[in-house]
Amino acid sequence: MSKLNNPSKIYLAFVFIVLYAPIFYLIFYSFNSGGTMSGFEDFTLEHYAAVFNDTRLIIILLNTVIIALLSSFISTVIGVLGAIGIVFLRNRKTRSAVLSLNNILIVSPDVIIGASFLILFTLVGVKLGFASVLISHIAFSIPIVVIMVLPKLMELSSSLIDAASDLGASKRDILTRVIIPYIKPGIFAGFFLALTYSLDDFAVTFFVTGNGFATLSVEIYSMARTGITLTINALSALIFIITLALVVGYYVFNQRSRQIAETRGGQS
Amino acid sequence: MKDIIRISIVLLAVSGLLLYAVSLLERSSATTGSGTISVFNWGEYIDPELIEQFEEETNIQVVYETFASNEAMMTKIEQGGTSYDVAMPSEYAIEKMKESDMLLPIDHSKIPNLENIDPYFLDLPFDPGNEYSIPYFWGTVGIAFNPTLLEDGQTFESWDDLWDPALSQEVVLVDSAREVIGMGLNSLGYSLNSTDMDKLREATEKLKTLGPNVKAIIGDEIVEMMRREEAAVALTWSGQAADMMWINEDIDFSVPQEGSNLWFDNMIIPATATNVEGAHAFINFMLDAEVAAQNADYVGYSTPNEAATELMDPEVIEDERFYPPEELRGRLEVYENLGLEMLGVYNEFFLEFKMDMEN
Amino acid sequence: MENSSKRPIYLLPYYLWIALFVITPIALVAYFSFFDLSGNLTLENYRNFFTSVYLRMTLSSFWYAFLITLFSILIAYPTAYLLTKTKHKQLWLLLIIIPSWINLLLKTYAFIGIFGLYGPANQFLEFLGIGQQQILFTDFSFVFVSVYIFIPFMILPIFNSLDKLNPALIDASRDLGASSWTTFRRIIFPLAIGGVKSGVQAVFIPALSLFMITRLIAGNKVITLGTAIEQQFLVTQNWGMGSTIAVFLILFMFIIMMLTGQRDKGGTTNVKTK
Repeated sequence: MSKLNNPSKIYLAFVFIVLYAPIFYLIFYSFNSGGTMSGFEDFTLEHYAAVFNDTRLIIILLNTVIIALLSSFISTVIGVLGAIGIVFLRNRKTRSAVLSLNNILIVSPDVIIGASFLILFTLVGVKLGFASVLISHIAFSIPIVVIMVLPKLMELSSSLIDAASDLGASKRDILTRVIIPYIKPGIFAGFFLALTYSLDDFAVTFFVTGNGFATLSVEIYSMARTGITLTINALSALIFIITLALVVGYYVFNQRSRQIAETRGGQS
Repeated sequence: MKDIIRISIVLLAVSGLLLYAVSLLERSSATTGSGTISVFNWGEYIDPELIEQFEEETNIQVVYETFASNEAMMTKIEQGGTSYDVAMPSEYAIEKMKESDMLLPIDHSKIPNLENIDPYFLDLPFDPGNEYSIPYFWGTVGIAFNPTLLEDGQTFESWDDLWDPALSQEVVLVDSAREVIGMGLNSLGYSLNSTDMDKLREATEKLKTLGPNVKAIIGDEIVEMMRREEAAVALTWSGQAADMMWINEDIDFSVPQEGSNLWFDNMIIPATATNVEGAHAFINFMLDAEVAAQNADYVGYSTPNEAATELMDPEVIEDERFYPPEELRGRLEVYENLGLEMLGVYNEFFLEFKMDMEN
Repeated sequence: MENSSKRPIYLLPYYLWIALFVITPIALVAYFSFFDLSGNLTLENYRNFFTSVYLRMTLSSFWYAFLITLFSILIAYPTAYLLTKTKHKQLWLLLIIIPSWINLLLKTYAFIGIFGLYGPANQFLEFLGIGQQQILFTDFSFVFVSVYIFIPFMILPIFNSLDKLNPALIDASRDLGASSWTTFRRIIFPLAIGGVKSGVQAVFIPALSLFMITRLIAGNKVITLGTAIEQQFLVTQNWGMGSTIAVFLILFMFIIMMLTGQRDKGGTTNVKTK
């Protein structure tokens, strides 16, 4: 299966090294007793201890994860349905108009999105905090999901759908048995990039948050003036390791359960 | 389809569990007290131990939120939707907030510790009689430099020293129109509150000749750059210079003779505050000599609290670079609120300077 | 499908989203763009935009967004292609995305360290005998870090469109004597074009409004429209001018959308018209 020749392997290795270099740099300095990301002095675990002693930081971290997971999930659902709707638009002009509207939030600078959402929320009377942050994250993640799902949908030939429909499949069946399985890779891509959007956002969250609710990005950016502490490095290192373990663990678990299912299927 | 449903269920379950964990943590960290106050401050601009101490002493719970710029903070307070009881803006922001009726007057009778503050820092032009604000930290704008990277005997007694051809690609400037244009004005002997277009034009033209020496115009990263000896000279605030020296002891700081800026971060009570009593209690607590000393130790900026300075390490207090004597202070100017129009003009000139550098 | 005039219920959230969170910001931005600092109705902001400063800024924004997109494609395409051939491709793909979940500001600080005069990058150059170089605050570092940020947004869609390529098609092309290059040009490339277009939309458009790293990595030696908007909103507090620049950004986006528009008329409809 793995038919990569050596130059290809070297190329991929290079890409991965570059992608992970800044993260290893951060992790390296999280063990620095010197207190900053310059001049490594001695090895220490004090910054890790500081993470666990800081209840506020842990609450912020958990909130960040909750917002990221929920907003990515909901925006994926809305985005996928929206993309399906766009594809079925007959009129090309309407379709491209809707697509352009879709992309407006991607091109708008965060400050503008943040400020206009804030105005919107105060007009409607939404209490700033968890709910307003969640809604905003859903809002700015939807377009990326649509963009990721669309090419897969475009490929899906309507003859397949027509065939299914001729065979008496209901609309619901067509959606769950034909469309969704086919565009699954696009759905996952959209979900993961929505996670990226949510975890990275600072400006929008800052404007729409309130009543003590904060995410990690807001906390980190506001530290910039007096210097980001290595506690944040240690926290990032922990996040990174845990994420990696979860992803690899889930993958292995999935592979194994699939293998078991396959062998069982073969036996019967 | 089946795996999508399974993953969705897992996701929702995990989110639910985390929500539960947060509620547990919040309950355990909450002291059962009389009311809460929300404090809105720069990140890492207070010793977190002091917040706990305040909570224990007063039974008032502190909700702590942070901001990264005065302007963003003002937008949040003005727009409402969430209320803050105490915030720590810079002096020019206080003037603006006062104009827009965004502040509550401070009842001095509830702040007995106000007497700890050095009278020099009270009754300043941006807030006569300290009706709306109480000093938190203060500082100057000057030149941080690393003598080990420079020719022997290089000093920065004058702003013009920045134009020294030996400093090619060695100077980093802070990304702020008032500071950079103000430096240009100061170097010509003008006031840094000048609104005279000819003087501003002259200052900008002079700044353009600084271009070859400028390595970069950056924000808070300036501290990291200097610590790592990426740059030898920086135009920056004294607080940031102190942060640099804390790690890299080679660095020195100088406020040029022509004069410079004197800045303040003050505590204020926004008009939207819901716990005004608690806000006063918090401000008074922060002015306590021991508390202020501990806070100044943690943050590393200059404190206006005279009683606190007596408790601090004399070496810090006698350092004239950060606690300049009165005669030097006389040459410093506090920023006046020039109004948004003029701020726009400053920024246009600053942009012109930056664009000129690009080529 | 059946009568498309009947809007299905499942589309409701999406259209609600467009109405609330897309139309509102545009309406506000358009509205603000007609006011000056003192709140008077004016077209002054639009006139200002057509001064040399902003036109130059527009050009340089487009130039850098173009460079960033180009290099993203050049790096992402082979990466995505090679990933489709690995054994555990889904896992590798996830490993491409994971770094993007670590806070951007922190990673940018790490890059400041890596590209610094005494950082690992320069140590490597010295090891190679090239000697110390100023990497930080150059066009190179700016484009490099931008590509770093955007690369997952390019790899994912390209991977998805390449992954489903029928290997039989490639084998057939090979069997018919086509060279690797011809196979790529005639079979692989056209089939993956949908993914590339998605990637371009997810990279070029936001690259136009990049702001933070213009300061952190380029030291303000690169100034983009995004930086200008940020400044107008947060420093000068001239929401009018900031909004005007945003109006133009949105216009540019519409033009790009028209250019990269799906010209295949959509797989779903054109089959019927044939």
